[in-house]
Amino acid sequence: MATMVSTRPLTKTSPGGGPKIPGPNGNGSKRRGDFRDPESHANRYRIGMWVGLASVAMMFTSLSSAYIVRSASSNDWVSLPLPKVLLASTALILGSSVTIEMARRKLKTALSGPYAKWLFVTVLLGAGFVVAQVFAWRQLARQGIYLASNPHSSFFYLLTGAHAVHLFGGLLGLSFLWLRSHRKLTEPALIAKRKAATDAVSIYWHFMDALWIYLFLLLFLWR
Amino acid sequence: MSETHEGVHRHPAPTGFIRKYIFSIDHKVIGIQYIMLALAAVVVGMLMSLLMRLKLSWPDHKWAILAWLFPTGAPDGVMNPEFYLSLVTMHGTIMVFFVLTTAPQGGFGNYFLPIQIGAEDMAFPYLNMLSFWVTFVGFIAILLAIFVEGNHAIGEWFAALGPSFAGGSGTVGPIGGWTGYAPLSALGKIAGPGQGGGMNLWVISIAIFCVGSLLGALNFITTLLNMRTKGMTLMRMPLTCWAWFTTAVLALLSFPVLLGGGILLLLDRIAGTSFFIPGGLYVSGLLSGTNPNFPLHTGGSPILWQHLFWFFGHPEVYIAILPGMGATSHILATFARKPVFGYRAMVFAIFAIGLLGFFVWGHHMFISGMSPYSAIAFSVLTLSIGVPSAVKTFNWIGTLWGGRIRFTTAMLFAIGFVSLFVAGGITGLILGQSSLDLPMHDTYIVPAHFHLVMGVASIFGMFAATYFWFPKMFGRLMNEKIGRIHFWITFLGVYSIFVPMHVMGLQGMPRRYSQFTEYEFLQTLHPLVIFVSIAAIITIAVQFLFYFNVFWSMFKGEKAGDNPWEATTLEWNTATPPPHDNFAGVLPTVYHGPYEFAVPDAPRDYVMQTDVDVEVPSGNGHDGKH
Amino acid sequence: MGRVLAVIIWIVTLLSVLLFLVGKWWLPAAISDHAPALDRQFMITIIVVGISFTAAQIGLGWMVWKYRDTGKAGDRAIYSHGSNRLEVVWTVITAFVFIALGVMGQSVWASLRLHDAPPGSYTVEVVAQQFQWNFHYAGKDGKFGRSDPSLIDDGTLNFIGLDSSDAAAADDAVTAALAIPVNRPVELRLRSKDVIHNFWVPQLRFKQDLVPGMEIKVHFTANRVGKYELACAELCGQLHFKMKSYMLVLPEDELTALQAMPQEQFQARMGELLAKYPLPAN
Repeated sequence: MATMVSTRPLTKTSPGGGPKIPGPNGNGSKRRGDFRDPESHANRYRIGMWVGLASVAMMFTSLSSAYIVRSASSNDWVSLPLPKVLLASTALILGSSVTIEMARRKLKTALSGPYAKWLFVTVLLGAGFVVAQVFAWRQLARQGIYLASNPHSSFFYLLTGAHAVHLFGGLLGLSFLWLRSHRKLTEPALIAKRKAATDAVSIYWHFMDALWIYLFLLLFLWR
Repeated sequence: MSETHEGVHRHPAPTGFIRKYIFSIDHKVIGIQYIMLALAAVVVGMLMSLLMRLKLSWPDHKWAILAWLFPTGAPDGVMNPEFYLSLVTMHGTIMVFFVLTTAPQGGFGNYFLPIQIGAEDMAFPYLNMLSFWVTFVGFIAILLAIFVEGNHAIGEWFAALGPSFAGGSGTVGPIGGWTGYAPLSALGKIAGPGQGGGMNLWVISIAIFCVGSLLGALNFITTLLNMRTKGMTLMRMPLTCWAWFTTAVLALLSFPVLLGGGILLLLDRIAGTSFFIPGGLYVSGLLSGTNPNFPLHTGGSPILWQHLFWFFGHPEVYIAILPGMGATSHILATFARKPVFGYRAMVFAIFAIGLLGFFVWGHHMFISGMSPYSAIAFSVLTLSIGVPSAVKTFNWIGTLWGGRIRFTTAMLFAIGFVSLFVAGGITGLILGQSSLDLPMHDTYIVPAHFHLVMGVASIFGMFAATYFWFPKMFGRLMNEKIGRIHFWITFLGVYSIFVPMHVMGLQGMPRRYSQFTEYEFLQTLHPLVIFVSIAAIITIAVQFLFYFNVFWSMFKGEKAGDNPWEATTLEWNTATPPPHDNFAGVLPTVYHGPYEFAVPDAPRDYVMQTDVDVEVPSGNGHDGKH
Repeated sequence: MGRVLAVIIWIVTLLSVLLFLVGKWWLPAAISDHAPALDRQFMITIIVVGISFTAAQIGLGWMVWKYRDTGKAGDRAIYSHGSNRLEVVWTVITAFVFIALGVMGQSVWASLRLHDAPPGSYTVEVVAQQFQWNFHYAGKDGKFGRSDPSLIDDGTLNFIGLDSSDAAAADDAVTAALAIPVNRPVELRLRSKDVIHNFWVPQLRFKQDLVPGMEIKVHFTANRVGKYELACAELCGQLHFKMKSYMLVLPEDELTALQAMPQEQFQARMGELLAKYPLPAN
């Protein structure tokens, strides 16, 4: 037997120590009782979305830093004039953020109905945004400004294109939510899941909106 | 006995071969798939390094088999310089991405993270499956790069995708090193052989790999934050989980930067942009903008590529080593029969390494032409990142102190990890100083350093993990005798290969030279070159013993119980191999920290995390006060 | 097993250290003014590295030997989760040593890179390409003739695109080897025609990338006459291993005489000097 004498009282459990991280997982979380209640399990969609957005943010950060470095690295920078249709696309995407927020809040009171309607409007506005972007690209092409024409145009097409690709992913998410919204739900687990999925898609969508504003400012205000 | 409670979601176990073994959403199957991918990739990488050693040692020797396999790249059996350089490029790319960034994290992490935290699967099982198959497609793309450059017919056929896609230069892939510096990598075929379609595929493969890694990282982080079982607080997690978590955060934030840089490089190659290509270049007799093969470029910055690449590249090397560190801590404690020394310090050290890892990328670029002031900042930060690594080393030695060490093969490799990590890491003190980098940059002391840490210590971590967890994964033990032979020869072999490279570098042997015949100052190094090659041949050969052990033991190995090593963490509490939902529908509750070995007055010399009836000294046990 | 492992670790450690100590393969003798300070810093660092490496391997081996399980029944390991005090002590000591090394390691860097070449430096323009070096000398007038990529003509061996209509170019010379004065600061203006190369002479303890699109200025002072091999140290294509030249460090009078020669004679004289001076012995 070990000869070591412990001067500390022995207990049955040794708390893991360190700061108590609040969360759904037992031991110290006052908000939730049982470990795997539907709310906390569905939380993974929200957490996952924030985590995923960190990586999207990093990619656009790297492209932004390339933009800034490139603009300073030589004297061939020719700033594009702002295609006016981009003001329309900005308005559309801002509007779509409002509508998706409406949808999200309506979900708290009813599981379908107004929720589905506001989702649908958001999809339309989002699609409208993409159409407006395509108009902008075609307008530039008609002026003879293409991807490799000059560094500013290269970044314009690249940044708006990358944004549009990600936004399209958001449109797919919205459509998926809208299609699923017609199912009637009674199980708490599935209701929690719908709320979490809607929250997650909303977070993504708002991020796409904020990203657009940022890119717009970067491309046309910071020269 | 452990208290348990019901899990939330139950989906039935899959049936049918495809759903069980090919397109599976079970994290255990996906983990094994990643490991298999790495086992295949490492064979390709090792064979490439073998060819490199043959060329360096006997540059004019006519190898008959090469004349047969590679008539263009090795005419008459003598490898030409571009063939050699494509080996360098592909060896690095395949090893760093498809071995060191798959097996430790995607392989063992996928398999054991959910079990060690008491979850039934990852947070997003379908996403997990997607991340493996995306990575697999990336691997196919990089293999395709070999054929597009290596085979004339395929290279011609690929030109249909666009002029920059044409290959057929006879090399076994693109030429650029795994770092692919622009403008060499951006100019296309005019810059020489190996700059054609293979380079496009290299960029594409890496971009695909980025996506696969990001999806995986997302899953790891969400799972760890959301799905720990009751009682599993963050400070009760095994250090393997901390390592996988930090690695996932590093991957999440660094791979997107590589993806951005890769997109810019691809656009320079195929769309005529000038992100990395400056104006006024004169390449292979052509002036920029005067020939259809060389369109006009202006104003791009080659250094920009280096910044973007290394901003990813430095965290990447920590991605490669952190899981091995976690496994080593875990295995050292288990077989020393002692708690990890300084658990909290170890967690902080993992964080510090991860965090500082983002601020030191410029030490790859001291002489690149970037601002010398930033070089000073990067240099001092680089030296400080040695501190948490040293702390971890002290704690590993502290874990062994006072132990009752059992020398299983897993333990041998874990101890080997510590030895090799010290050997490799300590030369970081030299290379991290900007002044000393002036003579050392791009000499063999650099590959000596990074091979010891990445290519050896990291691999030892994986070997240790394999021997350790194999019984849990397959229900059988690996053969210990063969394992010991594998350990001894590999341990001696890797020291023999990489220590001489240090003095080679001091004398001035440059990197990425296909032969050393041109310079007088290198001639006295020849005996060392031969010695290293012979050691490499022996070490590579003995790895096939490991493969034999793995595959033979899967079917014929001695059967293992649930907890053959008398370990404490949750994976040893469940059946061997674990059922589809890991815990047969009843999730464990955790009462203790992960390394409660040698607890005084406990009935056995180990207390499992789920042992509800055993008493352990109070206070958090990690507080370092006893 | 524990004892065997410990002994093997120690033997491997000893052999590794011996490989360094035996000095058979080492940095070549240095010929630049900043080299003594750099070599001193290197020695301090390698001693710290050697001591740390050896101490850690001895410690590892010792633990593995002493604390192997000898099979005595009922024996348990020491139940210890660590020691906060020890953590603080060894973190502080390590941080101090490493950061001190890091700070010390900046002084040579700063002396070379944070200051421009001193006035009166001998300037040479270096233009690298796949796979040769071009050194452009300003000639007697001390002014570099204008060059432009559009004027590059391999047929007439005008590799750097020197503009013959520029008066300052009349006395310029362009050769494949570098000739610099001894004991006088030298400024190199580094350019590249195509991809990244790197100027490297091991005896100089000095290296710098040549980046296309940039003109990078570096300076050093060579203090021993002789001929030294010059290698490219950044992957630039398939003949990277062969992109070789020589650096001649000449007494001032020999260099002045060379400088005064027009292109054709310059070339020939350079050949004579390359034959005259041998490579260093170590």
